[in-house]
Amino acid sequence: MHTLDFKKLSLREINKTLQGSDNNSSFTIKNPKGSHALAAGINKKIDVKVLGSVGYYCAGMNKKSSIKIEGSAGPGLGENMMSGNIHVTGDVSQYAGASGHGGNILVEGNASSRCGISMKGIDIVIKGNVGHMSAFMAQKGTLVIFGDAGHALGDSIYEANIYIAGKVSSLGADCVEKKMTKKHIINLKNILSNANLTDDNLGRFKRFGSSRSLYNFKVDNAKI
Amino acid sequence: MCGIVGLFSKKEVISSNLGLHLSKMLESMSDRGPDSAGLAIYGKPTARKTKIMVQSQAPETDFKRLKKFLLSKKSLPFDLKIHSTHAVIKLDIKNKDLVTGFIKNTFPNLRILSVGKKMEIYKEVGKPVEVVKRFSIHKMQGSHGIGHTRMATESAVTTLGAHPFSTGEDQCLVHNGSLSNHNSLRRELIRKDMIFETENDSEVAASFITDKMKCGQSLKEALESALIELDGFFTFVVGTENGFGVLRDPIACKPAVLAETSDYVAFGSEYRALTSLPNIEKARVWEPEPATVYFWGH
Repeated sequence: MHTLDFKKLSLREINKTLQGSDNNSSFTIKNPKGSHALAAGINKKIDVKVLGSVGYYCAGMNKKSSIKIEGSAGPGLGENMMSGNIHVTGDVSQYAGASGHGGNILVEGNASSRCGISMKGIDIVIKGNVGHMSAFMAQKGTLVIFGDAGHALGDSIYEANIYIAGKVSSLGADCVEKKMTKKHIINLKNILSNANLTDDNLGRFKRFGSSRSLYNFKVDNAKI
Repeated sequence: MCGIVGLFSKKEVISSNLGLHLSKMLESMSDRGPDSAGLAIYGKPTARKTKIMVQSQAPETDFKRLKKFLLSKKSLPFDLKIHSTHAVIKLDIKNKDLVTGFIKNTFPNLRILSVGKKMEIYKEVGKPVEVVKRFSIHKMQGSHGIGHTRMATESAVTTLGAHPFSTGEDQCLVHNGSLSNHNSLRRELIRKDMIFETENDSEVAASFITDKMKCGQSLKEALESALIELDGFFTFVVGTENGFGVLRDPIACKPAVLAETSDYVAFGSEYRALTSLPNIEKARVWEPEPATVYFWGH
């Protein structure tokens, strides 16, 4: 276990150390104080624990690594993540997991607007609420919400799945409620299990996805 | 971008160091906007007195002339304190209109930044660290204050283009974002006799809120009107005699973080702005909801 402290090292030095480390190493990062782009661009199977809150673009483009933030995260957490996992004990700001291709994000608190925007295969689990326009143009992957969702959930969604236990303020264009079958319960259970979560009452979750009515050009929509 | 901060004190321990806390908060936001910076500090009022803040490009000659002019007027007690390019004129409330009239008519080179019993505004071109040092903001005390560091998008980088904007007594506003209907709103407000000093969109927002409050709306109602009539992106922090309010537009892409402890309520564009505050690790920290008015008052 290595300790990297912002009181002694710069952001660049810390990120360089993380990016250049050997697989299976572990790091604890102290005093991040809202720093931007911490632990971005890691392409190693390492464990990173951050003690405190982080700012913009933490763990962006993450590949393989496992990152735990004991605090909250600013906008753009895990943007364009490819694999690995991110666990935030507090809240996350706007567009967490945006355009993520793989891996998973677990947030114990709330996520604000545009969570999972344009997601492309990532699984995102939010224990609290999500803000407006979450899963906007989501293409692949899953967004699980234990709390409530803000307005325009799943606007212009493609083939991603949304599971939500709480209330939905409103659905976005082309997003509809879909049947929760046994297959989907198993899918949800697996996603929660990947995030080390268990839940005895998965039956309370509703499923939302695309009605696919925006997929093809309709001449009727072109009438002036 | 732009960076905004605000601090509302609940205890003397914060009030006595308000300027120092706000300075650190604003300096931490420097890379969100290096063009100009400004702060509004609400200090202790003096009974039956008000303060006029004026700014000059040639303070040495202008303020000397102003002082001489005011001394020549009989039965017009006043106190004039110079802080770099700014001067605070403290005078009896009953003489306020007379003196603002003198300044406007006799000293066209002086710019009136604000009028109010508690509020003092300090703003200049330059980075927060320079502005704080120029006016010794870190030594100031007060019940609450707001600050702004600017990355200019809508109008020129000038002292008057810097925030906070004050368009009413003890009222001021800082803005992160940009408004798209400010020209048409400005024309409407000019017809209602509101006066504009700049081409800046944020000045229109400040003026809009002042106008609504003049028409009898509370700050909360005025901010709710702003949600309907202002088109564009905004996170506002609005200072009044008693406290400050926070409002984000419904899309809410301009960032905002609030923190509250038993000693203070703090606002920052980012969490970084709050990390220098005492006991921040124990504070309740959250992101204000879109299209929702928040206010803390004394």
